Parts: sequence; structure tokens; C-alpha cells
Amino acid sequence: MALLVFRDIAKSYGIVPVLKGIDLVVKPGEVLALVGENGAGKSTLMRIAAGLAPPSSGTMLLDGAPAPANLHAAERAGIVMVHQEFCLAPHLTVAENVFLGREMTRGLFTDRKAMEMRAHDLLAELGSSAPVRARLRDLPVSDWQMIELAKAFARQPKLILMDEPTAVLSATEAGNLFTRIRVFRQAGGSVIFTSHRLDEVKDIADRVAVLRDGQIVRVENTRDISEDAMAEAMVGRPLAEIYPPRRGAAKRKALLSVAGLTSPGTVEDATLDIREGEVLGISGLVGSGRTELFEALFGLRPARCGSFVLRGEARSLPAAREAWGLKLAYLTEDRKGKGLLLGKSLDQNVALTKGAINGASWIDRRAERRDLEAAVGRYDIRTGRLDVTAGALSGGNQQKVLIAKTLAVEPDLIVFDEPTRGVDIGAKQQIYEIIATLAAEGKAIVVISSEMQEIVGLSDRVLVMRRGRIAGELSGDAISETDIIRFAMGLEDRAPQEEASH
Amino acid sequence: MTDITATSTGDAAVSPSRTLAGIFEAAGPLIALILLMLIGSLMSDSFLGAENLSNVFTRSAIIGIIAVGATFVITAGGLDLSVGSLSALVAGVTIMFMNSAAEVLGPGWQLVAAGIVCSLVVGAAAGLLNGVMIVKGRVEAFIVTLGAMGIFRSIITWLADGGSISLDFSLRDAARPIYYGQVLGIAVPILVLAVIAIVGELVLRRMRFGRHVAAIGSNRHVAFYSAIPVNRVRILTYVIQGLCVAIATVIYVPRLGAATPSTGLMWELEAIAAVIIGGTALSGGFGRIWGTIVGVLILGFISNILNLAGFVSPYLNGAFQGAIIIIAVLLQRDRSQG
Repeated sequence: MALLVFRDIAKSYGIVPVLKGIDLVVKPGEVLALVGENGAGKSTLMRIAAGLAPPSSGTMLLDGAPAPANLHAAERAGIVMVHQEFCLAPHLTVAENVFLGREMTRGLFTDRKAMEMRAHDLLAELGSSAPVRARLRDLPVSDWQMIELAKAFARQPKLILMDEPTAVLSATEAGNLFTRIRVFRQAGGSVIFTSHRLDEVKDIADRVAVLRDGQIVRVENTRDISEDAMAEAMVGRPLAEIYPPRRGAAKRKALLSVAGLTSPGTVEDATLDIREGEVLGISGLVGSGRTELFEALFGLRPARCGSFVLRGEARSLPAAREAWGLKLAYLTEDRKGKGLLLGKSLDQNVALTKGAINGASWIDRRAERRDLEAAVGRYDIRTGRLDVTAGALSGGNQQKVLIAKTLAVEPDLIVFDEPTRGVDIGAKQQIYEIIATLAAEGKAIVVISSEMQEIVGLSDRVLVMRRGRIAGELSGDAISETDIIRFAMGLEDRAPQEEASH
Repeated sequence: MTDITATSTGDAAVSPSRTLAGIFEAAGPLIALILLMLIGSLMSDSFLGAENLSNVFTRSAIIGIIAVGATFVITAGGLDLSVGSLSALVAGVTIMFMNSAAEVLGPGWQLVAAGIVCSLVVGAAAGLLNGVMIVKGRVEAFIVTLGAMGIFRSIITWLADGGSISLDFSLRDAARPIYYGQVLGIAVPILVLAVIAIVGELVLRRMRFGRHVAAIGSNRHVAFYSAIPVNRVRILTYVIQGLCVAIATVIYVPRLGAATPSTGLMWELEAIAAVIIGGTALSGGFGRIWGTIVGVLILGFISNILNLAGFVSPYLNGAFQGAIIIIAVLLQRDRSQG
């Protein structure tokens, strides 16, 4: 008997299809992993199961009856979701957050004591010792994740949906979570979770469903499929092919050398060279200070440094607008929040940064239109019409517009922060080509990415960050996922499972 | 009204499309204005007469000039509630300055010119103060300008000692043409409004600065990450607002010849209403000056019709304006969610 059945589920946002004809069964007492590239539709499928988004077509059954269609009904029916972005109230205490919306009461009043005791137990089951009376905003993100998980278990659900639950957890914390999941499974509970870490999938899941471009391409018992086979099913071709050919190792000149860069609370004493014609990969766990390092470098957050030598000349850290003038460009990971004006036209977006740096007082609309047309051709931006808003484009095309906007200022150093997040595989390959071409032209390139394969596939050299510090450097043939993970986790905290690099 | 100050969410407004709905939406305020004028002309024969029209336009000019400044502030995702009391303060200080400078400069054009400069300086300084507190002090615009509203009003009441500050009778003739004068048969306030509106529309639509104002209102973080000097532009919108208030006040002073604690009362309501009716997004990111001018005229004609019709007390004018703001924002919200 199946707990949850997806039958021919499809979902589109506007004209963009995200899920196409999903058929999937979740059994009671089963841990099912959803894997796939960013933008493959994993989160969307989970949101549909949680009642957060209605499917565009298809049916969903829970215990043989039509599944609840909204969040509250889903929660009553025993389905809870642990989001990738936290849904917690920073100003409330840990215990209050765990019981948010389901406060235990005694008479008219909330029963604080009972809630604190219960929250403490729930957290202890997850191996967490987060203080239940502390306010959330005073605690680190890994605690937030544990509180989010405790909140889910507190509701005594039949099915828990977890979107990237281990992204901000250390290996030890992840291990504790898996122990708790096994107990939950023993008691008959089901879990659907997503993860980018295929070793985890292998470790905890009973079955794995691979999503690609909105479709399920493979469903297997986990013991019957190797990590490599999962990865290949995810990208749809042998892994090596989607990355441009490597450039030969060469002695390259440093464009920018920084020593002792510190940004309070996020980056500590970072020293690095960024070289012309080289792709420098930046890896590390979420929250290890990767983005913050480069924001600090380019005046986007407060920082100080020992020395900043650009093109052989020492100077002080540049302020935000100054960095652009020095031809140092940072391409944000937050496309919607910091990258593009979604409500504005494409030509305005492409012209925004260039115009802000050295544009004339009066706007030349015809020139902007010409620039857009050129960008559409050069970066293969696929849009039916040129006079749409940036928000109307798909993720991959938005990313290309952001790239066009950033490259319009003709920078010498470009930091690509998560350049392929939420981008489909075709656009991904094109973005890799753009990056390789820029490096071949002699530009200094930095790629920050959470996708290990992307780092390994693109980089000539890799810096791995851990807790705000640069924990290790790898270059050329020595770049491997195993070593990156070791550095990212800290040498004493070994990777959970030795894994062959491809 | 929780997000009136710049919380900088991206505006979800659809692109100005060429669909029928798009055209209707774009021209909505204009259609409303035409309907209103039709109603007016049915109610009274004198409604469309040159005298009545000129009267309405002239009275609307003062709010109109202030509303042009408010369009900049609101488009950048800000808000200025202090315009009415600032106007009273500028009027009071300018009159005091002119009364005391008359001995030196004489009652001629030099004195008027000095008065204008004095107004502009006070207006720009107040705008700068608001802008710096909001941007550098990181206090919400709503709070800063609400506080400023109280402070300015209180200062003018104190300066006037609860009564009024009057322009000396000997000086009134020199200042008179600013409100009552005509050039080529058109009243001076209308001409000033026209010039300011055209300049404002060009700046907002065609100049880099205007583009930056809209970008900041649309999403302040995107603007910052796009190398736009966000702080400078935001402060400048408040300075522009202050200058517009000063210009409006210069025109207003000769009309009454005095500043009192009730000068400019509720003007912020009228100015913001005009901006919103005109189609500028209250949450920022999109603004149009011509819409604001149409909005001011709509308010002006409603008040005019209430006066002419006689069956609704003109005392209820404020209620109509308040209701119109709320309705205009409701319509905007439907649009952005649609």
C-alpha cells in the first residue's frame, strides 16, 4: 500500500514548464531521495507534495484518497516540510519556534515549561544541544536547521519532506540527523529528501529518484545504483563532456594579490592570488564565507586587509563603485534579489551597471537597444520578444542577461558566484563556454560554486574555504572531490565516505 | 500601508505591454480626468469657462509642484510626510527674512529675488536633513518625515507665537505678480508648474539620474550591486522634494501675504494622493510625472465640483481625497498581483 502517489503531475510557472508528467510512489516507512541538478524540479515537486503549490495538472493521492490541496490540510494529514530557506521567527526563543502555531496550552495560557521540556527532548533526539530558551537570532545557522527539523518531528507526521537538510550541517550533525531518520523510518514514517551529496543519498535512502529537466529519468533501489550512475543520470551524459576542454597548465601572472583580508564575522585572514587567464574555483560548505570573501574584496561589505596589489600596484581596498572602475566585477549569486530588476525591461537591465559607471547624463535608448540585440546574439539569450521584463525570462536566460550586464563594463576580473544555480543543463553548458572563452582571452576568472563537479570540471586551481578561512589549495590534476571535501570539512573531520573522483 | 517606506521589493509590474488592458491601465488617470470634466460640465455651465479652468489650474499648481518632487521620492521607494509643514516653515522664514531685509534692499525686485533664494536654501536644507537621516541614519522614511512634520510645524507656530507672520504691506506689491501675474495670458503659477513638470518628466524618463531613481525603488540591493550610487541618489530625491516645496511656497506667499500655523495643512495628503492617482507605484520602482499632474488636476476638479455643486459640503473634500488614495492603492495592488 502506497502512502503518497504522484500521477502524471505537471507544473508550469507562466509559460515555463518546471515539471512534466511525474509518476512516483512513496511507500510507508521509506526514505526516498530526490536528486537532480539545480532547477531540475526537486523543490517544486516537494512544494506540491506539501500543499504549497498546486500542480498544473495530474493527481496526487494520500493513502488512496485525493491528497490535501493546501498547506494546512497537508499538515493535518501528517505531511510537513522542512524548507531550504528557514521558516523561523528570529525574535522568538528556540522552544517557541519549535511549537510555532501549535503552542501547548494550559487553560488560557501557553505552557512554556512543557514546551521547553518537549523541545529539549526533540532536539536531543537530533543530537542537538541548542539552548531552548535562547532567542534564535543569537544562534548559528546549523542550530536553525536542527530547530527546523525538531519542529517537523514535533508534529508527529507520517511524511517529512526535507529540502537539502544537510546543506548547512557538519558531517557529525548530518550523521545525527540520519540516525534520527532511521528511528523515524523504523516507526513507520516516510521521508522524501533532496541532497546534492550523493554519498549521503547512498548512505540513508532506500530508493532514489533522479530528476532531469522536470522529468523523472530513473528510479532505483539505492543499493542497485552507484554514485557515478546517479550523477550521469542527473546530467544526461557522461560527466566530462559538459565541461570545456582544460587549458594547459602555464605560469600565469597575478592580476590581483590580496593578503590578510578580514571581514568581521565572515572572513578571516584570507590571502590569495587571482591570475590572468586562469579559472580559480572557490569551494566550501554553504556559510563558509565564499561569497563574503569576494564581497569584502570589492567593497560590498566592510573589511580590512594587509595588502591589496592590483596589476602590480599596491592600493587600499576599493569601495563598491570604485571596484567597478578598476574593472573588477562581481556577479551575484542572488539573481533575483541583487542581480536583475525583474520588473524592468531587458535593455535597461543590460545597460544598468555600464551606465552607472560611465554613462552620459542623458540616456541613449537606441544605443541601449543595440547593446541588447548584440547581447542576445552573443550570449544566446532566448526570448520571444525583446520588450519583455527580465522577470518573464527563464532562470537560464535571466542568468545570461546578468552575465551580459556584468560583462558590458568589460572587466578584467570577473567573479561568478554560483553561475549556474537554477539554470537548466543546456544553458549551463553555454555558461561554462562563456567562462572558458573569457579565460582564454586572458581575463582573470573566479568561480564560486556549491556544485563539486562544477568546481572540478572548470577550475585550473581551487581554493577551499572553511569557517571563513582558506583551508586549502589544489591545482591542476591534484583537484579531486575527495580532497575538496576533506578541506571543506576540516582534516580532523573526515569525509563520511571515501569517494572516487571521476 | 506597511511597506510605504523603502523595503525595496522588486516591483512585480508587468511590462508596459501593447495590449488593450495595458493601454487602459496606462491611460487610466487621463480617462478619469476626462470623465470628471464631463460630469463637471453637465453640472454647471461655467465649469468649462476660461475663468473657472484658470482658477482650478492656478490653485492646483502649488500642490502640483510639490507633487512633482514627491514623485521622485516615491519612485525611489521613499516617502515624505513633511512637505506641508515644511511649506509653512519656508513661508514663515522667508517672510521674516524679507521683512527684515527690506531696509537694505528696498521693496523692489532685488528683495523678491533674495526672498526666493532664501526659500530655496531653507527648502533644500530641510530636504537634505530628511534625506541624510533616512539614508545615513537608516531610519525609516515614514518615521523621519513624520518627526520632521511635527518639528517644522511646531517651529513655525513658535516663530509666529501662535498667530501669523505677515509680509509687510509695503512689500506686497513687489511679490504680488508671482501669484497674480500673467505671461501671454497664462497665470504665472501654471507656467511654473508646466516648466517644472516638463523638466521633471525629462529627468525621470530620459536622464541617467531618473533611471537610477527608478532602479533604487525597484530593488535597492540590485541597484547597489549594479554600481549605482544609491545613497547619493536617495538623498538627492529628498533635496529635490525640498526645492519643489520651496518653489511652491514662493508662489503661495503672495497669495495670502502671511504664514500661519495652519499654512500647508494636509498638503502631504494631497501631494501623495496626486502621485498615487497618477500611476506611480507607492512601493517605488516606477513613476511618471505626467500622471502626477493629471492626479493633481483630478483632485483640483473634485474640489471644484464639490464647490459648484453645492449638495456636498466642501468640508468633506479631505474625505474624498483620503478615499481616493486608498482606492488608487487598492487598484495598484490588484495590478501587481495579477
